[in-house]
Amino acid sequence: MLDFFTRFFKPERSGSLAKERLRLVLLSDHLSLAPDVVESLKRDLIEVISRYCEVDVANTDVSFEQQDSAVAMLANIPILGLRTGRPTPPSSAPPSTPPYEPPSGATPAHAAVAHDEPKIAADLATHAVAEIAAAAPVVAALEATVASPIESAKPKASRKRRRRRPNLTQQAPAT
Amino acid sequence: MMQETTPLEGSAPIAASVPKPRGRAIVVTSGKGGVGKTTTTANLGTALARTGARVVLIDADVGLRNLDIVLGLENRVRNHLLDVLEEKATLEEALVVDKRVPSLQLLAAAQTREKDDVDTAQMKALVDRLRDRFDYVIIDCPAGIEAGFQNAVVGADEAIIVCTPEVSAVRDADRVVGLLGNEMKVQLIINRLRPALVKKGKMLSVEDVNAILRLPLLGVIADEPDVIISTNRGEPLANDDTSRAGASYRAIAGRIAGTDTSKPEIPQEPSFFEKLFGGRR
Repeated sequence: MLDFFTRFFKPERSGSLAKERLRLVLLSDHLSLAPDVVESLKRDLIEVISRYCEVDVANTDVSFEQQDSAVAMLANIPILGLRTGRPTPPSSAPPSTPPYEPPSGATPAHAAVAHDEPKIAADLATHAVAEIAAAAPVVAALEATVASPIESAKPKASRKRRRRRPNLTQQAPAT
Repeated sequence: MMQETTPLEGSAPIAASVPKPRGRAIVVTSGKGGVGKTTTTANLGTALARTGARVVLIDADVGLRNLDIVLGLENRVRNHLLDVLEEKATLEEALVVDKRVPSLQLLAAAQTREKDDVDTAQMKALVDRLRDRFDYVIIDCPAGIEAGFQNAVVGADEAIIVCTPEVSAVRDADRVVGLLGNEMKVQLIINRLRPALVKKGKMLSVEDVNAILRLPLLGVIADEPDVIISTNRGEPLANDDTSRAGASYRAIAGRIAGTDTSKPEIPQEPSFFEKLFGGRR
């Protein structure tokens, strides 16, 4: 009975569900990134930034979205504070670990990526650090645009737009 | 019958001085199977030929021949695509003239062979050769993106993507568009739209699909029972002047030929009053 009423007042619109599923699946198609790769990218990103700052891991958010004809990666990483002294050298990781390989055998994604350092993560980290140095503690906002393969023919500069400005008022944890 | 002039290997350019107008080679593809490529090919071929254009349809789905069935020509096929490519038969022996529209001809696929048996370079040469003799060479592409797809696409310089308003079909269409490359002129037909479901928000709309694919829209075909009936009978709807889907196919043919510059009509669910007071569906 209740079911009837909910249906009556809120008709099922699976069309929009289809649209959203399609959007997400095409995003990973265009990036050639499987969902577990995105997850490990996020982990690596946090790991690199953690060498320099204390990161609020629980509230970290990495997402991808379509912006016009490009795909943008948005990383929202709250910084709790800067680490004092020299950053932990990356040598804590085994030297020259192989890049992340998609589902190859029994290795769980977590284990496989724990020490990897994909170049993209490293590059982004530099941006993050630049911003953090200017105004810590803040939310580091990273953004990278990736031209989707289909659109790559069109002249579209790898423009970097900064959508989320570091918000000083919102995130001001006690230091 | 026309004279056989160039051998199959002879894809050499025609004597350059007088450029003969060559036919257009259009591949009908989708990635996903079962979205209506073959039905679309048969109907567009019929609709174009009805305007007097010389049209040849190539069934490139080697091993799963179907275009002859949809056209109702299955009893007339004697030789097929691979016979021609392997020079076991001449083009004249293999081409089947349509029952209803004489300027429409079919080159059927081999049923007992495999897609890997087709030589890509030979396929391209064949399409090139047909373009000298027909105004339109329309190639019915098999589903998938493997060898069969490559062979179907190799000779074409235009592509028509057939897509249904489903997540899986749109995803596959998107992938195929990426594979076609930038040289190819690519246009879209949305097939099997159910306006009543779109109206209720239960189906992807034309706008939803093309927000993803972003292709020039040739037309939209509603999901109508008479499409199934026509394939049962082997009589393409483009020949049926009372059919709504047939009219859509003829309009698309007009847009392909460039004689119709109007925007494609999107099938709408009739309103309550229209239903009540009848009129045309």
